[in-house]
Amino acid sequence: MSHKQNFVEGMRDGIPIALGYLAVSFTLGIACRNVGMSALQAGVMSISNLTSAGEFAAIGIMAASGSYWEMALSQLVINLRYMLMSCSLSQKLPHVSMLHRMLVGYGVTDEIFGIASSRPGYLDPFYVYGAVSIAAPAWTIGTCMGVISGNVLPVRIVAALSVALYGMFIAIIVPPARKDRVLALLVGLSMASSWIFSRLPALSEISSGMRVIILTVVLSGAAALLFPVRQKGEDVHA
Amino acid sequence: MHDVYMYVAVMAVVTYLIRVLPLTLIRKEISNVTLRSFLHYVPYVTLSVMTFPAILDATGSQWSGGAALAAAVFLAWRGFSLFSVSVASCAVVFLLDLVMA
Repeated sequence: MSHKQNFVEGMRDGIPIALGYLAVSFTLGIACRNVGMSALQAGVMSISNLTSAGEFAAIGIMAASGSYWEMALSQLVINLRYMLMSCSLSQKLPHVSMLHRMLVGYGVTDEIFGIASSRPGYLDPFYVYGAVSIAAPAWTIGTCMGVISGNVLPVRIVAALSVALYGMFIAIIVPPARKDRVLALLVGLSMASSWIFSRLPALSEISSGMRVIILTVVLSGAAALLFPVRQKGEDVHA
Repeated sequence: MHDVYMYVAVMAVVTYLIRVLPLTLIRKEISNVTLRSFLHYVPYVTLSVMTFPAILDATGSQWSGGAALAAAVFLAWRGFSLFSVSVASCAVVFLLDLVMA
């Protein structure tokens, strides 16, 4: 498949991401407006960071006049999950130049990571660029719109769009889990553990970013020990 | 408040480094089977943990979130595209919220 075809497919898969990003970034923009940021400041933050939880946390730190160190540390903790994702993606980019690796790095969001890792075989960086070319402008424009207009999108539309990204995640994990019972078990166990972490009093204190890291390390680690994968996509138990 | 653009620069540098370091430092295919298997399983666990129960809390009510989840699983199981599954789950929330309001 040519780079161009990959780019176009990336753009196509970027559309549902953009829909979800519009809903979330719009809310983000309203939060920016509430702490007195301008549309330009909020837009620059969104296009240079491309991350939701990190930006929401940053707004709080700015409003409280936190130190730059505090800002750096909060971003490190909240966004550390991207490191796991990039480690996983690195295995799909074995023959890719340094420049492409540096460009792909910009686009490692939860959602773009999701669609990129579901590509069969190796990953063409142009697929990521296609997705970024749709998703990053949506994220940035949504943020600016939120600052400028406040509550202009009807609540119902925002509520409906807010499940777009989750629907997309389901579309990524269900088809492979259907064909592989180890994956099905792992998906079920991951969701159950996540539910326990979010609902039990002591565990729910853990932030959602940390929860993702802890559960990913523990559950993927256990699966790797119990069900090692010999060949790419071909499990020993299958 | 300190300078907003300085804050933004600090955030952007930290976040970019987190994303780009593994991609630029791990340039070979890992031969260790356990480590490679670990990285193979990472996306499934990560996406599952991020989806549930967050989807239940994303909309106005747990019912519409739950219905969106059920619809998405059903359509994904039947092999519908990423786009269809995503848009259908939005439509379910929109319609349910209309009916139940």
